[in-house]
Amino acid sequence: MRVAIASGKGGTGKTTLAVNLATKAAETKSTVLVDLDVEEPNGALFIGGTPIAEHNAKRAIPNWDNVQCTLCGKCTSWCKFNALLKLGEMILVMPNLCHSCFACSELCPVDALPMQDESLGRISHFRKDKLDFVESRLDIGLEQASPLIGQTLSYIDSHLPGRELQILDSPPGTACAMVSAVKNADYVILISEPTPFGLHDLRLAVETIRQLKIPFGVVINRDGIGNDDIYQYLADEEIKLIAKIPHLRRIAELYSQGAMLYQEVPQFDAALTKILNTILESL
Amino acid sequence: MKEIVIISGKGGTGKSSICAALADLLQEDLVVADCDVDAADLHLILSPQASSSEDFYSGLIASIDPDKCINCGICKTACRFDAIELINDQHIVSGLDCEGCGYCYHVCPQEAISLEEQKVGQFMISETRFGCDLVHAHLGIGADNSGKLVAKVKSIAKDHGKKLNKNLLLVDGSPGIGCPVISSLSGADYVIYVTEASLSGLSDLQRVHELVAKFQVPGACIVNKADINPTVADKIHRFLTREKILHVGDIPYSEDFPKAISMGRTLIEENSEWWTPVFTKIWQAIKEKI
Amino acid sequence: MRIIFTATGPDWDALIDPRFGRTDYILLYDEEKDELSSIDNREIMEVAHGAGPKTAQKIHELNPDVLITGNGPGGNAASILGQMKIKIYIKAGGKSIRDAYNSFKNNELILGG
Repeated sequence: MRVAIASGKGGTGKTTLAVNLATKAAETKSTVLVDLDVEEPNGALFIGGTPIAEHNAKRAIPNWDNVQCTLCGKCTSWCKFNALLKLGEMILVMPNLCHSCFACSELCPVDALPMQDESLGRISHFRKDKLDFVESRLDIGLEQASPLIGQTLSYIDSHLPGRELQILDSPPGTACAMVSAVKNADYVILISEPTPFGLHDLRLAVETIRQLKIPFGVVINRDGIGNDDIYQYLADEEIKLIAKIPHLRRIAELYSQGAMLYQEVPQFDAALTKILNTILESL
Repeated sequence: MKEIVIISGKGGTGKSSICAALADLLQEDLVVADCDVDAADLHLILSPQASSSEDFYSGLIASIDPDKCINCGICKTACRFDAIELINDQHIVSGLDCEGCGYCYHVCPQEAISLEEQKVGQFMISETRFGCDLVHAHLGIGADNSGKLVAKVKSIAKDHGKKLNKNLLLVDGSPGIGCPVISSLSGADYVIYVTEASLSGLSDLQRVHELVAKFQVPGACIVNKADINPTVADKIHRFLTREKILHVGDIPYSEDFPKAISMGRTLIEENSEWWTPVFTKIWQAIKEKI
Repeated sequence: MRIIFTATGPDWDALIDPRFGRTDYILLYDEEKDELSSIDNREIMEVAHGAGPKTAQKIHELNPDVLITGNGPGGNAASILGQMKIKIYIKAGGKSIRDAYNSFKNNELILGG
């Protein structure tokens, strides 16, 4: 079963929840934690673990064949991402801007832009006790997270088949990277905090998940720091409130050290139990 | 007009709260631009009153005309993003998956596909209770921030500021390290990094600094929640010294941050006695450098 | 020498635009002919991503020896400018074009890129 953990904004505790949930789940079920926040993967800071395998993810980028090319320049007008430029007698490809749509390559009348594989990022597989952890990291300077996210999920299916639980730590926000991570999940857990920021961004996240038509529930983190507006919103919208995690300074301290929270804070452990039960019920 | 950009690699460091506090301190002397468009939160503290707004278009989306379409499926084969599906015997483009590459448009034998500019949001100029104006944008879901939108927000903010004779543009910058951040930084005179004393705070600070260093823009750093982990705070301090980033303040973990936000107030409004001197000191140190 | 400036307007009294990719105007001063010409670059506002390379391409067509700008080009644009035999001077942002040119002649600008 594939469960994605997402949030409208960053800093709501998404990675903390994913890491703790996966570690606890692994005690009784075969579990893989996947860090899909490919621009800024942080999960490894908390998990560590023994390296098992590394996979260099690639994407296809057009390469200019100066022998075949007639310099007609049509490719530069086809490309909607400004990834192709004509500079004097040269066609330059800007790999950072390319979306790998294949249009220029397949439309070129003289086949002067054959597609070649280039580095996209790295998918790393670690093991910590009973938990499998897969981290995906986008090469610096690259912007399109979605292709790497898609490849990471395929990698899980082919290299770590048969795991009972896949927990996906999604990128923050509601843009296309988050959508790529979440769209094939069986269940989504949205995490937010009971403040105006938290509520505002939760609304956007809820809108996105509803459009994707995936069952979801909400976990409220740092309960106690704000007000009750977010609970009112959940009630009005008939959205399932799965659990609340209280606001405790101790949690912030443990977090800053990279410690495993549920083993030290009973309220956190109780919340995780509720979350795991919800996930298993929804199966 | 000087341009100061506030950035942090990761979310939740208190960047927007700090930006709002500085706006409160400086009152009328500035214009504020919220370029953190994916998670535009600054307006929740500043409670702006919109005085004007405009639709924002960016990127293309393909659309199949069912009257011209003969369902040959060539477009579906061409599409590398699985954005075209056969639903109820008609090929349809899925808005959330379409990347606007135009490949289908080029290969359709019936010319049944059109590419349209997508309305992805709006940008607004608003007044705030501090006397400074806020230029900000709101993006629809699934829509990506872009260098274009950030540039637009900043350029409107700059023009607006010039008209009103303001000397300072304060930019709440975009997160990450891609085009929106580059656009946030491209006209900057000075950068303020906001980070937190945690392992991820340090790691994300380093990543974003790598980007800023390419532009050779000088900067200062505020370390928030500094007492949560003195060991990591120390590591951050040493990083700042090595990279010649001015260390302008350590802010201890404070309940005032969430409290102030939940009441729609700035830190200074929440607890002026404590926060006015803190931000005055920070601002003095930065003012000397610009 | 042919000198390019990123500028906020089309003449000597304009200021150096600190941005490279999204600069409003591209000015070219041909020292031999003592001629200043300008290109209105403001259509770049409509470009969502990749503004830097597009501007770099326009500059390439002008065959310049020197670029004087503010913060300097981002990574993508820099790789294109690197293909050209061009010297890039930065930190001139905010000066008038005239002052920037004089600073350049007096070796007061910083070599960047």
